[in-house]
Amino acid sequence: MQKIAIIDYNMGNLHSVERAVSHAAGGQATVAITSDPDMIMQADRVVFPGQGAARDCMRELETRGMAEVVREVIQTKPFLGICMGMQVLMQHSEENNGIECLGVYGGNVRYFGNVHQEIGVRLKIPQMGWNQVWQQMEHPLWKGIKDGARFYFVHSYYVEPLTPDLIAGSTDYGISYASAIARDNVFAIQAHPEKSADDGLKLLENFVNWDA
Amino acid sequence: MGLAKRIIPCLDVDNGRVVKGVNFVDIRDAGDPVEIAARYNREGADEITFLDITASSDNRDTIVHVVEAVASQVFIPLTVGGGIRKPEDVRRMLNAGADKVGINTAAVFNPELVRECTDYFGSQCIVVAIDAKRVNEPGEPDRWEVFTHGGRKRTGIDAVEWAEKMAQYGAGELLVTSMDRDGTKIGFDLGLTKAITERVNIPLIASGGVGNLQHLADGVLQGGADAVLAASIFHFGEYTVGEAKQFMAAQGIEMRL
Repeated sequence: MQKIAIIDYNMGNLHSVERAVSHAAGGQATVAITSDPDMIMQADRVVFPGQGAARDCMRELETRGMAEVVREVIQTKPFLGICMGMQVLMQHSEENNGIECLGVYGGNVRYFGNVHQEIGVRLKIPQMGWNQVWQQMEHPLWKGIKDGARFYFVHSYYVEPLTPDLIAGSTDYGISYASAIARDNVFAIQAHPEKSADDGLKLLENFVNWDA
Repeated sequence: MGLAKRIIPCLDVDNGRVVKGVNFVDIRDAGDPVEIAARYNREGADEITFLDITASSDNRDTIVHVVEAVASQVFIPLTVGGGIRKPEDVRRMLNAGADKVGINTAAVFNPELVRECTDYFGSQCIVVAIDAKRVNEPGEPDRWEVFTHGGRKRTGIDAVEWAEKMAQYGAGELLVTSMDRDGTKIGFDLGLTKAITERVNIPLIASGGVGNLQHLADGVLQGGADAVLAASIFHFGEYTVGEAKQFMAAQGIEMRL
């Protein structure tokens, strides 16, 4: 039976992610929340969730020695980043007066408030609720999910990748922004598939079956 | 197209059962929380809110079990409110499977609790619930005050100023209930939701007074709410959540259908 590791660095709704991944796997996988580097290295697939502030995420990753583990497994295994677990893959975040992130991909994490001010719209922050994800590439994780399907979002910052070819999905909130990115064995989404009803479970099921 | 407005059915939970009082008396049993949550999920509810109305703190654990049971079967956001007094209460609910926790009375007595919880758990999971009542005399400008203890105790705090303060303290969302309208079925206090949403830039859930589907639509169109919460119109089969969504969409409101 395949093993799926959910990386525990003390941030976010790990149990919700575990419940949803287990449900989506339908008994075909063992799902474990873990901060043990060996268990993560031995897993067949890795889920990298996250919530809260970029500063705290990066601090927890560094102090628990998780940053290196993430940089290593992201090279080789099917890897799913969720919410903050997508944002910290970038180089730099505007949050907390500027935070250096993992730098797996080129690009920045920007605050909706600044952008909304620039373009002169008033939208609530955080963006909270169900918004549409427009698929920007064909991808095994989009299988069975309609273009423009709604996912549940809660966030005040968004990812702006350096290269557009990284963008797997886009969403409109004042501006059109990258709500999913993908390259090789890595897929990351700003929304919470674990809280996005049937389409979210479908995406998790696709991840469990992804032959990356 | 963009972010949809939300419909949030609210389940009052007492000793592990969903109950609903009509004008705070004649409490009727509305069923098993897991079954009801699953039904609302099938009907397209955008979130579900549990209000723990258990009076005795001995029975507080039951709400944890309810949240666990629902969270293992229903994969949409769950909010739990009622009796949250300290960060440890928030943690227990989040670990049980809640995505957001509502803080009400405790925030009024100790606003720092909100700052502490949002700092630690993140703004995204802290909803500040505000029970407000109109206090101006006829002819005077509109004014609402925050009340606690189910609307019985007046605090002297202006509801709009309180909402602004809670946003500054990091609240991710506001659940605004009109105590004048709660249980009346004559519609939201639209002046209240509008007064707050014009001044505060975090999402607002309107609550209190829904008796028909037009009330839900008015909450968004006239009150400026980002989400609408209702209980009894859904519990007893008057309307399904799906019907409510179709009704609102037909009035040009963006919904998740």
